[in-house]
Amino acid sequence: MKMKMETDVNRFRKIVRGKIKDNLKRFISSGELIGRQGNKQVTIPLPRIDLPRFEFGNNQQRGVGQGEGEPGDAVSQGQAQPGEGEAGQNPGEHSMEVDVSLDELAGILGEELGLPRIEDKGKKNITQKKYKYQGVLRNGPESLRNFKRTYKESLKRQISIGDYTPDRPIIIPIKEDKRYRSFRIEEKPEASAVIIYMMDVSGSMGDEQKEIVRLTSFWLNAWLKHNYDNLDTRFIIHDAIAREVDEHTFYHTKESGGTLISSAYKLCEKIIMDSYPSAEWNIYLFHFSDGDNWSGNDTNECMTLLDNFLLPSSNLFSYGQVESRYGSGQFLKDLEKHYGEQNEKVIIHQIKDRDGIMNALRAFLGRGK
Amino acid sequence: MDPRLTSDLTPELKDIVFEIESHAKNLGLDFFPTIFEMVDYQQMSEIAAYGGFPTRYPHWRFGMEYERIAKSYEYGLSLIYEMVINNDPCYAYLLRSNSLVDQKTVIAHVYGHCDFFKNNYCFAHTNRKTLDEMANHGSRVRRYIEEVGHDEVESFIDICLSLENLIDQHGPHIRREYKPKEKDNYDESLISPDKLPVPKLPSLRGYMEGYINPESYLKEQQAKVILEKEKEKKFPESPVRDVLKFLLDFAPLSAWQRDVLAIVREEAYYFAPQGQTKIMNEGWAVYWHSKILTQLVLKDSEVIDYCDHYAGVVQMSGQRLNPYKLGVELMRHIEKRWDKGQFGLDYTLCDDPLVRKNWNKNANKGMQKIFEVRKFHNDITFIDEFLDEDFCEEAKLFTWVQDRRSGQAIIHDRDFKTIKRELLDAMTNFGHPLIDVVDGNFRNRGEILLRHRHQGKDLKIDWAVETLKNIHKVWSRPVNIATVIESENKIIHFDGSEPRIEKGIQFEH
Repeated sequence: MKMKMETDVNRFRKIVRGKIKDNLKRFISSGELIGRQGNKQVTIPLPRIDLPRFEFGNNQQRGVGQGEGEPGDAVSQGQAQPGEGEAGQNPGEHSMEVDVSLDELAGILGEELGLPRIEDKGKKNITQKKYKYQGVLRNGPESLRNFKRTYKESLKRQISIGDYTPDRPIIIPIKEDKRYRSFRIEEKPEASAVIIYMMDVSGSMGDEQKEIVRLTSFWLNAWLKHNYDNLDTRFIIHDAIAREVDEHTFYHTKESGGTLISSAYKLCEKIIMDSYPSAEWNIYLFHFSDGDNWSGNDTNECMTLLDNFLLPSSNLFSYGQVESRYGSGQFLKDLEKHYGEQNEKVIIHQIKDRDGIMNALRAFLGRGK
Repeated sequence: MDPRLTSDLTPELKDIVFEIESHAKNLGLDFFPTIFEMVDYQQMSEIAAYGGFPTRYPHWRFGMEYERIAKSYEYGLSLIYEMVINNDPCYAYLLRSNSLVDQKTVIAHVYGHCDFFKNNYCFAHTNRKTLDEMANHGSRVRRYIEEVGHDEVESFIDICLSLENLIDQHGPHIRREYKPKEKDNYDESLISPDKLPVPKLPSLRGYMEGYINPESYLKEQQAKVILEKEKEKKFPESPVRDVLKFLLDFAPLSAWQRDVLAIVREEAYYFAPQGQTKIMNEGWAVYWHSKILTQLVLKDSEVIDYCDHYAGVVQMSGQRLNPYKLGVELMRHIEKRWDKGQFGLDYTLCDDPLVRKNWNKNANKGMQKIFEVRKFHNDITFIDEFLDEDFCEEAKLFTWVQDRRSGQAIIHDRDFKTIKRELLDAMTNFGHPLIDVVDGNFRNRGEILLRHRHQGKDLKIDWAVETLKNIHKVWSRPVNIATVIESENKIIHFDGSEPRIEKGIQFEH
């Protein structure tokens, strides 16, 4: 693409960003983007950005057509036309789809929610080698020859010895003129993070509650991916027992058992122990439940697990309580009693309905940890 | 044209162009020299997004258009086969990835367009050096961007573009000049109307004066005189269809804004004829490409490929008329009628369907007639004059209405009169609402009053309000448009705060 069109495309994209921001709340609570997620791109449906004009309302209820059929028959729609491109105006459609990278989407989310960039805790696990080209050398391999600099040097030399005529602008570089690019190997630490999602799938969690969790985690993933070079995600579901599952199963399981939250925390501890040494990983724990734990004993055990291992090894522990018709919501109160509302590492938030997701995201991510 | 954008044709294609050009000339087509450029689909998308002019001024909508076109390529939804620019010389673009048969079709098709551009009366006043003109517009706008900032210029362009269709569709070449009144016919009374002479009743006796012409009566008379004077200085004197011109002449704009508005107006007038002759122009081009290809150019082995492509171009599309198809069929219908002598008084007065059907006087005037039609008609007159009952039946036209419950389009009937009226209604003013400036000093407060001549279709109200806001940004004083909303006369008013819809006025037509 030439420079010129690039400018216009960028101007357009800037406008699109603004539109996405305006519609962000709707996107967050409706989930229409989740199904449109490609590998690195999200296809976002937006109302067409059109310039208003004096035009007729497009409630076209009549017209003239061409084809077979008797009065009363439905008009058959022809297939799409091969387009024409005679310089002129094209009729527009009324909505458009824009591809935006997940990364950019996360950036927009961050701007809109005023999220701080996550401060990396300086945990390093891998250093990556990167070649950076900088500087110019007088010798090097021909493949790295800096053509422009070489040409300039020749030109300077030829002009200075009177060997250059503008009418016959021929430049012949000699060895002394040649310039080469040099490079340095830079070692750049890579920050890695893992998110472990835990969800209560006992009978009291309904489909709507699960959907809220799904929407929330989509945006959590996007934001953390935006902040870290590598991101792992793990999923634990639990009722009275916990097991690790893949993402699809995580959102589509319905159990009928009771609830022992500690089972999930124990499994979470094991996963961290096995694969994510906390010196090298930024660890994020998210637990969603309707807060209906079976017994006070189990709740006490949860606190112990948190205090002894989970909190010290992780960046953040977030508990999101989704309202359900059956859940007592007791667990949230217990957590608040134990940690208070302003704990360094524990974030407790209640998500009433889909509209509450935006605030939940703000609560979970607003501290930049 | 930017040499980096395009590349030369292959020798093989050069020969083909040469061959088709000479066929076109021999068949009587007349065109400016035509230059073909080879581009890939990305360049084609780019040129198409700029409406054919890669050198145009910068604006975000071109970026939007580019993304839209490029995306539809990716999905294989659309292929731009042809791209021709009305200019002297004519420029046309060929898609590198097209098959040879497609290239031949496009080349022949292009010559049809080039002949049409050069000869149809609607284009007679278009600037044939538009390529240079557009580049010139581009550099002017860029200069303003450097001077006053990108955002400011771009949002002003947004405003101009939302008014872009407020031109005189029927008179692109009539540039009426509105000159503010000259100094020499300066009229004192316009400044202080109270100095105007007031007519009195004759009184013979001085002492009766106070009784015959009392103070109150004189006041009344003076008011009348002033009102008369007001009427005299009505401005503009008659309604102005070219709203953009009116704004250029009288709106308080800065120099750069005025120039940008002038540029947008200029380009709107350049593109207008293409919207006014879409059906004819495409029909003409299809007519010639099929004639040249099937009769002169194609090898036997290529015919199937050609037919396949051709069927795609002229397929029926149900609800929306395909201009390519309608245009070429109507052209052929005219040719057939004039070949058989189905014209003139005898034919018109004949009402025996069988006689009409077999009417053949071997007049052989078909070719001559279609050349004449392509010169003197636009889409409206083309349909009005030549779409007759026979054609309606042959082309299987029908009217449809949308079913209220299912939302489905249902075939309504095949009655010729209804079809024709429906078509011509939709084409009135080439699909744009008829809007004039009727008062530049409305309510004597420097407000502008536009009138929408309602012809059965309401304006899109939310857009009308937004557009009115844009006019306000240009006019700086309150703005109004008189229209009909749901069968009631209304005036939409905007003074910079909240738009209001008020009771309207009845205009005498």
